[in-house]
Amino acid sequence: MSDKHVDEVSGVETTGHVWDGIRELNNPLPRWWLWTFYATIVWAIGYVVLYPAIPLVSGNTKGMLGYSSRGDVAQELSAAKAAQGVLVEQIAQTPISEIEANPELLQFAIAGGSAAFKVNCVQCHGSGAQGFEGYPNLNDDDWLWGGSIDEIYTTITHGIRNGQDDDARFSEMPAFGDMLEPGQIREVAAYVASLSGTPSDEALVEPGKVVFEENCVACHGDNAQGDKEFGAPNLADAIWLYNGTEAGIASQARNPKHGVMPAWGSRLGDATVKQLAVFVHSLGGGQ
Amino acid sequence: MKYAFETIAVGLAAFLALLGAAFAQDSLFAAHMGIVCVVLLIATVILLRNVTFNPEPVDTSGYLDGVIRYGVIATVFWGVIGFAAGVFVAAQLAFPDLNIEPYLNFGRTRPLHTSAVIFAFGGNALLATSFYVVQRTTRARLFGGNLAWFVFWGYQLFIVMAATGYLLGITQGREYAEPEWYVDLWLTIVWVAYLVVFMGTLLTRKESHIYVANWFYLSFIITIAMLHVVNNLAIPVSFLGVKSYSAFAGVQDALTQWWYGHNAVGFFLTAGFLGMMYYFIPKQAGRPVYSYRLSIIHFWALIFLYIWAGPHHLHYTALPDWAQTLGMVFSIMLWMPSWGGMINGLMTLSGAWDKIRTDPIIRMMVIAVAFYGMSTFEGPMMSIKSVNSLSHYTDWTIGHVHSGALGWVGMISFGAMYYLAPKLWGRNRLYSLRMVNWHFWLATLGIVLYAAVMWVAGIQQGLMWREYNDQGFLVYSFAESVAAMKPYYILRAIGGLMYLTGGIIMAFNIYMTIIGREREEAPIPGAEPALVAAE
Repeated sequence: MSDKHVDEVSGVETTGHVWDGIRELNNPLPRWWLWTFYATIVWAIGYVVLYPAIPLVSGNTKGMLGYSSRGDVAQELSAAKAAQGVLVEQIAQTPISEIEANPELLQFAIAGGSAAFKVNCVQCHGSGAQGFEGYPNLNDDDWLWGGSIDEIYTTITHGIRNGQDDDARFSEMPAFGDMLEPGQIREVAAYVASLSGTPSDEALVEPGKVVFEENCVACHGDNAQGDKEFGAPNLADAIWLYNGTEAGIASQARNPKHGVMPAWGSRLGDATVKQLAVFVHSLGGGQ
Repeated sequence: MKYAFETIAVGLAAFLALLGAAFAQDSLFAAHMGIVCVVLLIATVILLRNVTFNPEPVDTSGYLDGVIRYGVIATVFWGVIGFAAGVFVAAQLAFPDLNIEPYLNFGRTRPLHTSAVIFAFGGNALLATSFYVVQRTTRARLFGGNLAWFVFWGYQLFIVMAATGYLLGITQGREYAEPEWYVDLWLTIVWVAYLVVFMGTLLTRKESHIYVANWFYLSFIITIAMLHVVNNLAIPVSFLGVKSYSAFAGVQDALTQWWYGHNAVGFFLTAGFLGMMYYFIPKQAGRPVYSYRLSIIHFWALIFLYIWAGPHHLHYTALPDWAQTLGMVFSIMLWMPSWGGMINGLMTLSGAWDKIRTDPIIRMMVIAVAFYGMSTFEGPMMSIKSVNSLSHYTDWTIGHVHSGALGWVGMISFGAMYYLAPKLWGRNRLYSLRMVNWHFWLATLGIVLYAAVMWVAGIQQGLMWREYNDQGFLVYSFAESVAAMKPYYILRAIGGLMYLTGGIIMAFNIYMTIIGREREEAPIPGAEPALVAAE
């Protein structure tokens, strides 16, 4: 069916075809549409001339601007490095114990350490450095391996029990489940719980103290105050790395868990580790 | 012997699936083949009960509409499933505890959602409408006898295999092409049959010219076949195991994937649904298409330009600069060809603008075209490298996709389903136009909420990621940008829930229409005088 036909409503001629009652008006292309289309084509040609665009047999056209995204990144990185260069260099040269005495370096190191912490440390220690079960809180003054700036720096550089770094901090609490009777474990757990709270059964505390003195004081100390030399935690301060219930303490005595921390010195470089140490030291618990 | 051959074929396939399960090289393949076997056995039983040895001759003079009726039901069904899956994954992002290991964690439910809405809902809408439109506009019955039925049921089997595979953890890790090699092979067979049915119908047409809707449908079918085959080229580890390795490696693999991914948007979600628009808007509005010339120019410009735009998904990656440039400039040039469809859709209403006020179905189609226009402007804009450096990897992209998917693809499909249901089941009208109105507002407000929230979320994310303090250090960690998203993710889930609610209302409305009920209700205000035919 191809008879000429004029649409009554618009007064526009149709193409004459009808499909299932559908006709098509013979309107021209809207001018603004056509000119915008041309404009995008012109713009595209211009862009192709200016930037790398056309693949050739080997290589491609480079464009008049000489742009390359890799070159761009390299430039931005070197500009960023240059902007921080002097201070980063100074931190690298300054011994860790002297950084905090220099206000300019201190401020820069805290800012840099905070940024590095957000990228590398929050996964375990939390975005507020608050820690989780098995991952110590870094805001308090309870330190497993020492809270002075030097000790924190050493811990971050070499890590803990990681098997990658010969200088990593290392200690391992024996599994007392192999050495003590189950009853003795219950007793010692009750005693340890009594140091910072209420044990489930007061009667177990006295015999527990005996067990503790015979087995635990060598590392945890006479008063269970811990020993940073071995990373042995203070058991009297109500701060727990693992489950602090009596059952949790018993489980840790029976078959202890041992945390691992990577050695960051080789990954991040000394200057960044120094910034991290300064930042962690500044959190409130630094000694 | 009606269905005798079909029964034997499906039964044999069930037996092969059983063998596949028995001799499987890995437990996943065994489980998957077991599922396929059960599905095919059920199909065999249903077919067996319908076998007749003295069939009445089938009347093949009219149109083949039975398969389209099934297609409408499948579209509505998968739509509700897909939207519900979307609300669930949105809630998982806001409340991670909803990740139920292992079958319902986000990594598995996310492709379940995307495939359910794109391929199950969108795919069935395209199958049903293309079969309807091609018959009406060629005045020919679907080519190939019962081949259209094979296409329909074969496609449903593909959907079931893909969905169960995702939940079992079977994936080749290619976005929108997650199913493994054997599911891909099955889809290839179904798709070729689809092409044969569609092309055969066009070749046996009784109209001298091919209507524009059919150009779009045909370009969609052909291009999807090409994209699907090339992107899924892979070597299986075993013919009785799930795992395969892509034929491509490294950046070539990434580019192949995004050539596919972008053109899945371009040809599945754009060209196919433009075909739908070109039939249902003129029919529902009772007006001629605005410009024949525009339809030709924008069709050829669209399909020529779209295919090159994929590299814009890989800006600032290992992809060479020249390919990034081409991806970007082709995307910019694509803007007007895309808008050609919007102009033709909207201007077709000239002379019938009052229907937007009185006919909620037309209103749905118009809002679809409006969202189409908006997202096809947003897309080229986001392909500009400097914009992309802010938007890429953020929720802005998710918002963009959904303004296209919920707004354009969803709404035009709903309009088409509302148009088709009374016609296909021979009813006077839909069960309730007022419910269509409710669906319209719930869906529209849901999309607006969704898209607006994702813009804000995405831009905030992008700005947080690139925020440096004056000493040159990053201000935010990635985890902080995740935490900042929580309120947006909750709002997004609410937007999705509104859209889902609209979908459920549609399912009820269509169901009541099918069973022949008409709700007694006051007409839409102003509707009565406008019911006079505009022609």
